[in-house]
Amino acid sequence: MKSILPWLILLAPLYSAAVITLFTLRWKVLSSFISIAAVFVSFICSCFVFARAGMPAPQFTWIDVRGVLTIPLGLTLDQLSRMMLVLVSGVGAVIHVYSLGYMRDDEGKSRYFAALSLFMFAMLGIVLANNFVMLFIFWELVGFTSYVLIGHWFYRDAAAAAAKKAFITTRIGDFGFMVGILMLWMATGSVVFAEITPRMSMLTGHPTFLTAVALLIFCGAVGKSAQFPLHVWLPDAMEGPTPISALIHAATMVAAGVYMLVRVAFIIQGSQTALLIIAWIGTITAVLAALIATQQNDIKRILAYSTMSQLGYMVMAVGLTSNDAAIFHLFTHAFFKALLFLAAGSVIVMLHHEQDIWKMGGLSRSLPITFVTFIVGALALMGCPPFSGFFSKDAILALAYKRNMPIFAVALFTAFLTAFYVIRLLVVVFFGKSRSDIARQSRESPLVMTGPLIVLAFLTTFGGFAFFARNFLALPIEKEAAIFVPALAIVALILGSGLAITVYRNRAGEPVDLELLRNKFHFDEFYSWLIHWTQELLAHIAAFFDRWIIDVGAVGGSSRGTLGIGALLRLIQVGNLQAYLFLFGLGIVALIYFAVFR
Amino acid sequence: MVTLGDYLIVSGILFAIGFAGVMLRRNLIVILMSLELMLNAANLSLVAFSRFRLQPSGLPDYNAQIFVFFIITVAAAEVALGLAILVALFRARQTTDVKDITQLRF
Repeated sequence: MKSILPWLILLAPLYSAAVITLFTLRWKVLSSFISIAAVFVSFICSCFVFARAGMPAPQFTWIDVRGVLTIPLGLTLDQLSRMMLVLVSGVGAVIHVYSLGYMRDDEGKSRYFAALSLFMFAMLGIVLANNFVMLFIFWELVGFTSYVLIGHWFYRDAAAAAAKKAFITTRIGDFGFMVGILMLWMATGSVVFAEITPRMSMLTGHPTFLTAVALLIFCGAVGKSAQFPLHVWLPDAMEGPTPISALIHAATMVAAGVYMLVRVAFIIQGSQTALLIIAWIGTITAVLAALIATQQNDIKRILAYSTMSQLGYMVMAVGLTSNDAAIFHLFTHAFFKALLFLAAGSVIVMLHHEQDIWKMGGLSRSLPITFVTFIVGALALMGCPPFSGFFSKDAILALAYKRNMPIFAVALFTAFLTAFYVIRLLVVVFFGKSRSDIARQSRESPLVMTGPLIVLAFLTTFGGFAFFARNFLALPIEKEAAIFVPALAIVALILGSGLAITVYRNRAGEPVDLELLRNKFHFDEFYSWLIHWTQELLAHIAAFFDRWIIDVGAVGGSSRGTLGIGALLRLIQVGNLQAYLFLFGLGIVALIYFAVFR
Repeated sequence: MVTLGDYLIVSGILFAIGFAGVMLRRNLIVILMSLELMLNAANLSLVAFSRFRLQPSGLPDYNAQIFVFFIITVAAAEVALGLAILVALFRARQTTDVKDITQLRF
């Protein structure tokens, strides 16, 4: 029984997705309860698995080509994956419950819950996979469910386009990931993590190859975790329902990239070049996203950019060879970002799907629970001392301080920007005067939505305390930087929030207008130009090929060739019997000549 | 003593006469007759081969002679067919000269 437990975590959501899709699409309430039951089964099993280390899980062989490729279906149950299990299924469970309220009147509620269950299955699969092939399959499945859920309101053009954009953009990264896996398999002959580890010595002799493999695998994380330069899909993904944004595009799926990097850290850490590139990509993403976030007006987009920024911190930590710091931040971030999104969702629902922050204002009075929980999440995101975000961000900052000074400087600047845009969001949405009628008439959300908020706010507040975190991770506390770095971080925090309060207090519209930041550094335009340009080029080449090689060459050539040969042969066709006979005789003579004398 | 070579020379001369007739004469009837001459040249050489290729028992090889019978039969049929076409052609065109019958071309 016990050995089935880990598999049950994985299979319960799959079972739920299958049952809903096949049988209960028509009964929406039943579907939602099946899905919620499944996620709670997963959560409870995860807790059991978490509590008991070294629980065995049966392993099956899936593909076995003797001596060439063996792909088992097995589960990894080390400390990292057990922690992630609890996190994913826990946040998942909270968000399932919240979805009950958020999606109450939705037409496609059954479809939504089926996709949500499928997502849970795929995400837990990523966490549990013990080899690259399984990881990749679940990785793609997660991308697919993300596509389905972003496009949940597919009749809206923006949602359909965003779904496509997310899927295609992440696929670009996934292609690199796949090539990396294949190269690794080629070099070591195995796809199982535990088998590759002892064979790493085969790779360390070829530093260039190792760097290429590490960077290609990192490509997958760049796509999924929305790192620069493949970050463009994440803000658009906010077209999906808000619980989806919270679960997939803030707490779990985008963190899967970081989780994967930590899982394969033994490969990445073999190459200093790769580590440096990864650290800088993370840093660039962090500061880029924070800059863009300061000028956005859509509440969910601001949060999306803040997610990107925080993911940048995590990737930075991986690049600076501290997996513990990355995972610690992933862990706290999952709670506070899910909390922020759910609180934002509560605001959005109560304002009848209004997302423009300049149409809100003064909501602290009408939505008190949402307001308080949002404040908790916001303070954690900024890295305000008593909240969890402070500890994890501080760990990364201290790490950067010790390992790489330029990165530390940029990270500190990002912390300042984070404080700035978070306070801007808070001030504009919750304080001042209401700027529209719907904002004035808003009421607090029902318990099914505020309940999860309160649970998450509790976790956000206490999740970061060192004693609590130590139970999950053995985080090496950076003694040397222990006082200096947090002090700097708090100064940055105070400066950022102070600036934001002075600029945005009691404003009716945006007082600062930075065109470049408002337009997200023109990345979308640049990419569409690039795609347009390459597509035009390819189209021209294809058109040239079609017109000249196919039409003129193959089709026209064969017809013209036939006509030409026909015209030539016509010259012989004179109609004179004796001329034919003469040619016939010549032919016979030639045949005899070749048959007899050759 | 008449040898195989003598027969073949006669046969060759006959064939050449026939071929020349087919090539040079304009009248379809004469062309048809020249064709028959060529067939008979072939027959003659076949019979000669038969006569000069003895079986182990001392008898001639009859296969070639049987072949000759077939050729004679086919030639008879062919002449009948050729004359029929000729008559039909003459009725349509009032001529048997091949120079006047050149419509069968592009």
